[in-house]
Amino acid sequence: MSDPVVRADALDLTFRTGDGPVQALKDVSLDIGRGEFVGFIGPSGCGKTTFLRCVAGLETPTGGTLTVNGMTPDEARRARAYGYVFQAAGLYPWRTIGGNVRLPLEIMGFSRAERARRVRETLALVELDGFEKKYPWQLSGGMQQRASIARALSFDADLLLMDEPFGALDEIVRDRLNEELLGLWDRTGKTMLFVTHSIPEAVYLSTRIVVMSPRPGRITDVIDSPLPRDRPLDIRDTPEFIRIAHRVREGLRAGMDAA
Amino acid sequence: MIDRPFLSAPGAGIGRSGRVALWVRARGLSVLPVLTVVAALLALWYLACIPMNAAQSVTDAARADIAVTPDSARDRRSMSGLALALANPGVAARSAFTQARPRLPAPHQVARELWATTALVSPTSNRSLIHHAWVTLSATLLGFVIGTGLGIVLATGIVHSRVMDLSVMPWAIVSQTVPIIAIAPMIIVVLYSIGIEGILPKAVISAYLSFFPAVVGMVKGLRSPDRMQLDLLRTYAASGAATFLKLRLPASLPYLFASLKIGIAASLVGAIVGELPTGAVAGLGARLLAGSYYGQTVQIWAALVAAAILAALAVGAIGVIERITLSRLGLRL
Repeated sequence: MSDPVVRADALDLTFRTGDGPVQALKDVSLDIGRGEFVGFIGPSGCGKTTFLRCVAGLETPTGGTLTVNGMTPDEARRARAYGYVFQAAGLYPWRTIGGNVRLPLEIMGFSRAERARRVRETLALVELDGFEKKYPWQLSGGMQQRASIARALSFDADLLLMDEPFGALDEIVRDRLNEELLGLWDRTGKTMLFVTHSIPEAVYLSTRIVVMSPRPGRITDVIDSPLPRDRPLDIRDTPEFIRIAHRVREGLRAGMDAA
Repeated sequence: MIDRPFLSAPGAGIGRSGRVALWVRARGLSVLPVLTVVAALLALWYLACIPMNAAQSVTDAARADIAVTPDSARDRRSMSGLALALANPGVAARSAFTQARPRLPAPHQVARELWATTALVSPTSNRSLIHHAWVTLSATLLGFVIGTGLGIVLATGIVHSRVMDLSVMPWAIVSQTVPIIAIAPMIIVVLYSIGIEGILPKAVISAYLSFFPAVVGMVKGLRSPDRMQLDLLRTYAASGAATFLKLRLPASLPYLFASLKIGIAASLVGAIVGELPTGAVAGLGARLLAGSYYGQTVQIWAALVAAAILAALAVGAIGVIERITLSRLGLRL
């Protein structure tokens, strides 16, 4: 394996709050290689989102080391090394879908022709071709979230950080988007960090599942998925899948009991 | 909907709450209630004219040797208008709406004066309300542009600098607690002493009143993007200027328009107040002042109504600009 994309070593993060310090991350060590799809799962408060924000340089760890592409997270952020997808689509209501996908390209100074090409291509990638001129409110929640993924993909960073992107969607839409996301990952070969609190989602998507538990936020189990790379939706009924899901559930329960 | 934080911005409804609902209702359903309310207000106005003008009506009748109660002028002086009107209902009602200098002019008298001083005289004439309205409006618009510009600049500074937030905002609030009627003469005197007169002192007073809503609205608007929106731009390593232009500014527009509507009305008040202490010869304020010097109540009311119409037109114009701007931005919900 080449140099890891994300390398965390004994990462600590303590927030100062009005009620005293809160340890959001404790001794988190993890290496993520190129092209991996790593799912982070755990109850709320386990630090999975905080870890993602640390990788993105949006939070600063108070201990340990963290590198992204061999740089500090802040340098990586300035080098625009990753795309970030938030829980809510957060599209600008005053911009069309195309305009929203174009936003990072404008900020990063791509040429006009290049912007148009990339908007067209990434919208096609998330199967939103033909919606370029529509406004966000004209799209369903699922389509809005796909547009926000296109926005994160448009400048073609090798690393995609996704923070419960499908959390607000209903299960039917979520299933479809999960399937599409796997296809997208397969086509682009990007490294994915995906935060979720759904066990089936984590097992279905991930090549590696990181189970976390709260108070303090820490890793309790890391599961290498034996599932094949090509995963139809009904793989979720196979004994293999159910066995992994069971192990995740056990890990979550153990973490809760220990806390 | 969590991912559309800006659409329900305060002020989005000012002047036209719920565009869709209004559109539906405007198709025939709402005309009758609106007309009913207007008619009721006019009826109330006419009714109020009777007791308000009763003293003059009864005195005129007594001079014309018509029997009135009470008989003696001294007794009548100690009575309220309402009591006089009740004692002499016929006399009071008959001449309540036709006096030359009534205490409260009837609507048709005001309308006739408005018509006579707009349609029947040349717009350049000194008697023309259009001329006076333009004098006031030009100062209003100049002051509004200065005040709004200043307000936006201050708001930008306040949002970006904690020092400005702590130092400018309290002064902005304090400035609005000083009665404009007290500070207007001082502004005019000070500016006159350094050789500035004419439209500018009035515009300064207008600006003084209109910068405040712009500051408050823009501070709120520029701060309206939530943490996630700001984090998104941080993940792009966007500069402060890009964050301002691409996120904060567009997000603040619905707030700005709400402020502009308040600001333009405040500007008009400022310009009128600015005309009062100068003994200005032109402008709606000058008309008000002249009317009160010479007891020309009809002229005062005509100027007041003209000012109200002007304010309605100005606010309506901003509403049209708002609708066009926001719909071109796609904010059409």
